[in-house]
Amino acid sequence: MFADKFFDDSGELAFDLFNLDGILGDKFLVNGTIQPFFQVQPRRYRFRLLDTGPSRFYSYFLTDPSNLSANNPFWVIANDGNLLPAPVQVSTVRIGPAERVDIIIDFSQFAGKSIFLENRLLQINGQGPVPPLGFTPGQVECSDTNGNVLSDIRPAGQGDLLLRFDVSSKPVKDNSLPPSKQTFYSLPSTNATPRITRTFKFDRLNGQWSVNGQFVDTDRSAFRFTVQQNSVENWLLTNLTGDWTHPIHIHLEEHQILSRNRMPNPLAAENSRKDVTQLHPNERVLLFFRFRDWLGRYPIHCHNVVHEDHAMMALWHVEPTGDNVFVP
Amino acid sequence: MNLSRRNLLGVAAVAPLAAFLPEAASGAGRAHASKTKLTPRERIQQMHLPNVPLVTQDGRQVHFYDDLVKNKIVTVNFFYTHCDEICPLVTANLVKVQKLLGDRMGKDVFMHSITLKPEDDTPDQIRKYAESYHVKPGWTFYTGKSEDIERLRKGLGFTYPEPAIDKDKTQHIGNIRYGNERLTVWAACPGMARPETIVESVSWMFDRD
Repeated sequence: MFADKFFDDSGELAFDLFNLDGILGDKFLVNGTIQPFFQVQPRRYRFRLLDTGPSRFYSYFLTDPSNLSANNPFWVIANDGNLLPAPVQVSTVRIGPAERVDIIIDFSQFAGKSIFLENRLLQINGQGPVPPLGFTPGQVECSDTNGNVLSDIRPAGQGDLLLRFDVSSKPVKDNSLPPSKQTFYSLPSTNATPRITRTFKFDRLNGQWSVNGQFVDTDRSAFRFTVQQNSVENWLLTNLTGDWTHPIHIHLEEHQILSRNRMPNPLAAENSRKDVTQLHPNERVLLFFRFRDWLGRYPIHCHNVVHEDHAMMALWHVEPTGDNVFVP
Repeated sequence: MNLSRRNLLGVAAVAPLAAFLPEAASGAGRAHASKTKLTPRERIQQMHLPNVPLVTQDGRQVHFYDDLVKNKIVTVNFFYTHCDEICPLVTANLVKVQKLLGDRMGKDVFMHSITLKPEDDTPDQIRKYAESYHVKPGWTFYTGKSEDIERLRKGLGFTYPEPAIDKDKTQHIGNIRYGNERLTVWAACPGMARPETIVESVSWMFDRD
């Protein structure tokens, strides 16, 4: 669990209650420990990385301080707790508040060394990562075929050194199957025709945070729309701003990302069922939902929790008969 | 580990000696300590609640921290009388909030509305504005010097990170900042939220101890 905290000059944990954009800290904690280290054997380990926010995004890299120019790939095997169809080898993976990735690191290549899990993503305020220089509006942060992110990434060793792994030099047996030889499950089909496509615009409005120009209504019976039980829906998340990133969290059913800005999602590590999706600046993300037989009331909200606490949430419910509200 | 523990014990053992030190010396030590370490309440006051001078709708001179928020439960919002965007809606909303707060107004909770255009909004101007909304005691409107109000606006977090938008008063922030100053609890809700929501939020500041 990754968290960034801010301490005042007397060493007290501090939280700025007057900041509504998002809160960043300059000290990084893993499972509540500052400057943590972990003794590992030179074999493969599986980790689940969870961004606990409130507002920080992470691009994780493996950094060998004795060889900063090395590319140290690892494997992503699951996203938001759900296995990918097969492991994906990457140099980095990015998550936002509340997102999870499961990764496999093979420490045998680092036997006898100390290496770091490093966050190289540049983020200077609660708005989200700095949009990459030279990117045109509407362009997504994207990765090439090796998973190298082509944007807003600091050089090796100049990011946040989150967690040090001290790798034993003594060889050990590794009984796990190499990730390259593994496959898991294919994803549920997204070919079904949706009963409705709903559009959600996430924006700032007079200093608070809105969904389709409205603030959350705390009346717990005020639902913005009704999903039909046992139906398929597409939800289009839109962000018309050039500088905010919103991690959008949707309760009840998980979703699959059909497209980012009308193109197939370039991020292979997101090819899974998900429950939080990063909505980048100037982006439209189309999601696929298959609602099953559960009824009830649920929220959709930004998981930058400062935005969530300041009205960026909408309530909806599932009933035997759905409605046709296209822009809830 | 053992060594530092021993040191700690050593300090504890000599501590009673401090009682025999001259009073002036130990007093000076305390003064020094309080100078370097602020309490959370002092820190919030310094960073967010400047004690700037303001003028009420009745022409009374007041100071923001000392007279408006210290030891009080308050709401603070910004407006200007000629705003034709959100101010009329927020002010009308706050009229309903004031009604819902009933007897607690002016006793347990105080509402403060501060103009963003002090150069246009004279005390007389804001008094007429307050009268037109039939504002009752416990809710006061303020003007003052531009630089003081600007400092207050920034301190209270009524800002946009984009400088161009931050300067544009027609896009000003319509939040209600509310807090319990003594307990250092501060929050904000949209001025356009339902009045019942605003009252529920502000009520969280009551009876916390």
